[in-house]
Amino acid sequence: MELAAETKAMLEDKAKRIRRHIVSMLAEAGSGHPGGSLSIADIVTALYFQVMKVDPARPDWEERDRFVLSKGHACPVLYAALAERGIFPVEELKTLRKINSRLQGHPDMKKTPGVEMSTGSLGQGLAAANGMALAGKLDKKDYRVYVVLGDGEINEGMIWEAAMAAAHYGLDNLTAFLDFNGLQIDGSIREVMNSEPLPEKWAAFGWNVLTIDGHDFGEIIAAVEKAKETKGRPTMIVANTVKGKGVSFMENQVGWHGNAPSKEQAEQALAELA
Amino acid sequence: MTEKIATRDAYGKALAELGRTNPDIVVLDADLSKSTKTAVFGAEFPGRFFNMGIAEANMIGTAAGLAAAGKIPFASTFAVFATGRAFDQVRNSVCYPQLNVKIAATHAGLTVGEDGASHQSVEDIALMRALPGMTVIVPADGVETRLAVQAAAAYKGPVYLRLGRPKVPVIFGDDYRFEIGKAALLQEGKDVTIVACGYMVGEALAAAETLAGEGVEARVLNMSTIKPIDTEALVKAARETGALVTAEEHNIIGGLGGAVAEVLAEECPVPIYRVGIRDTFGESGSPGDLLKKYGLTAADIVEAAKKAMAKK
Repeated sequence: MELAAETKAMLEDKAKRIRRHIVSMLAEAGSGHPGGSLSIADIVTALYFQVMKVDPARPDWEERDRFVLSKGHACPVLYAALAERGIFPVEELKTLRKINSRLQGHPDMKKTPGVEMSTGSLGQGLAAANGMALAGKLDKKDYRVYVVLGDGEINEGMIWEAAMAAAHYGLDNLTAFLDFNGLQIDGSIREVMNSEPLPEKWAAFGWNVLTIDGHDFGEIIAAVEKAKETKGRPTMIVANTVKGKGVSFMENQVGWHGNAPSKEQAEQALAELA
Repeated sequence: MTEKIATRDAYGKALAELGRTNPDIVVLDADLSKSTKTAVFGAEFPGRFFNMGIAEANMIGTAAGLAAAGKIPFASTFAVFATGRAFDQVRNSVCYPQLNVKIAATHAGLTVGEDGASHQSVEDIALMRALPGMTVIVPADGVETRLAVQAAAAYKGPVYLRLGRPKVPVIFGDDYRFEIGKAALLQEGKDVTIVACGYMVGEALAAAETLAGEGVEARVLNMSTIKPIDTEALVKAARETGALVTAEEHNIIGGLGGAVAEVLAEECPVPIYRVGIRDTFGESGSPGDLLKKYGLTAADIVEAAKKAMAKK
């Protein structure tokens, strides 16, 4: 899908800002998960700045689209997007992981405005998203529910229980992204617990499956539009991504799953993202 | 003969009744709806009933999502699965975000009977009670179950309702008022207090009758809300009777006995004996045989009451 030049430029600018926030906030926090935050920065940017109905003045607006970050450890990207979207002050990002902060190490819907579901224990976000989608159908609301899963996260058996249920209940108001960056904490997904072939598995569970480049805004938005047109079943967008995307020394490095950059590393990263 | 009704049956009826007045009530089950009696609701409100298949973790997670979108979900399966199989989901997707999910678990305790230890939850109260923000209710009979279901629906936040398989005598009359967090004084007494919940309330009343025949005036408290526990009623009982016995169809570790001992150790230490399952798994057998073998009868309560009084 060809995006208008100004839309593309806006999204690229936002994604860059969000990536800069991720690097800065993690360096300030001294811990956290940069790799999987950077890998979904473009997907989350597209959702919050192009796709989803959100009202920054009313984060709990009933008609809003919902976003569940099932891979909760990637919350720096969510916090950065919520701040950039104007749901809370950008300044607050510096408080990540610190005592008394609204920005917890993993998402807490009770503390952070705009966070739809508390996640962090992997495998649970898809079920919650299913529940929201079921409620939307019961209430005849036209809001849509988006959820991002990790490719390591889908080792969890509960994901497949939820995959079955979403298809069984025909949740066509649900769109999932699979952050297929190929790496989990202990190594590549092929080494640790091979979950491939991924599109085939989701198709076998009854989902509409699309495969895209998760760093191409045109492809992300086109896939979301196709998902909206699909009736009677949920859509899984398998997004080929690069873990650590945008920071040269983090890209495809498993070691950057759960380690914060030092001050010097952060400076180098920010220079690359200038 | 006294009327008898299983708390699970009362639950099924109460749920359907609630469904008629509250459109936000939705019900989930994990392929046990005929046993948990949620099928009664399902038959009347098929659009608001979700069978999630044999997938308890996903059932609880889905209930959390429904609650996040404003629904009042009741999720049911056997107690051993609701609290054990889905513990992390109850913890992280329900209690931590304080979502308005009601977990109504049936077939709790030994009285599941013949299915044996794999299906007999001896630890569910302990698990649920340790979760911050969880309310734990163990109704004693059908009347209290109905009121507890209504109270749980009206209360905003996670609730664990522990229900049983067998028919149990109806204890309360139509004038009974149930309030979350309040013990019900069933019998006044000054020599010893028997604090019971669920199935054991009937046994506690029988024990009090036996004790009365021996000149002992036993107070009987129905402690249907185990969390938040009625500290006031417990301290009053400790002060006025000087000795307590707890009675529950659960491990003596972490359940009602544990909760009572914790409160009184801090607020008013008195001798306490715990009647319950003595840190062991159950086995197959009829409910009656199991209760006898594992020390959960009126006679066991009488014996414990005498031991507690002797320590005064």
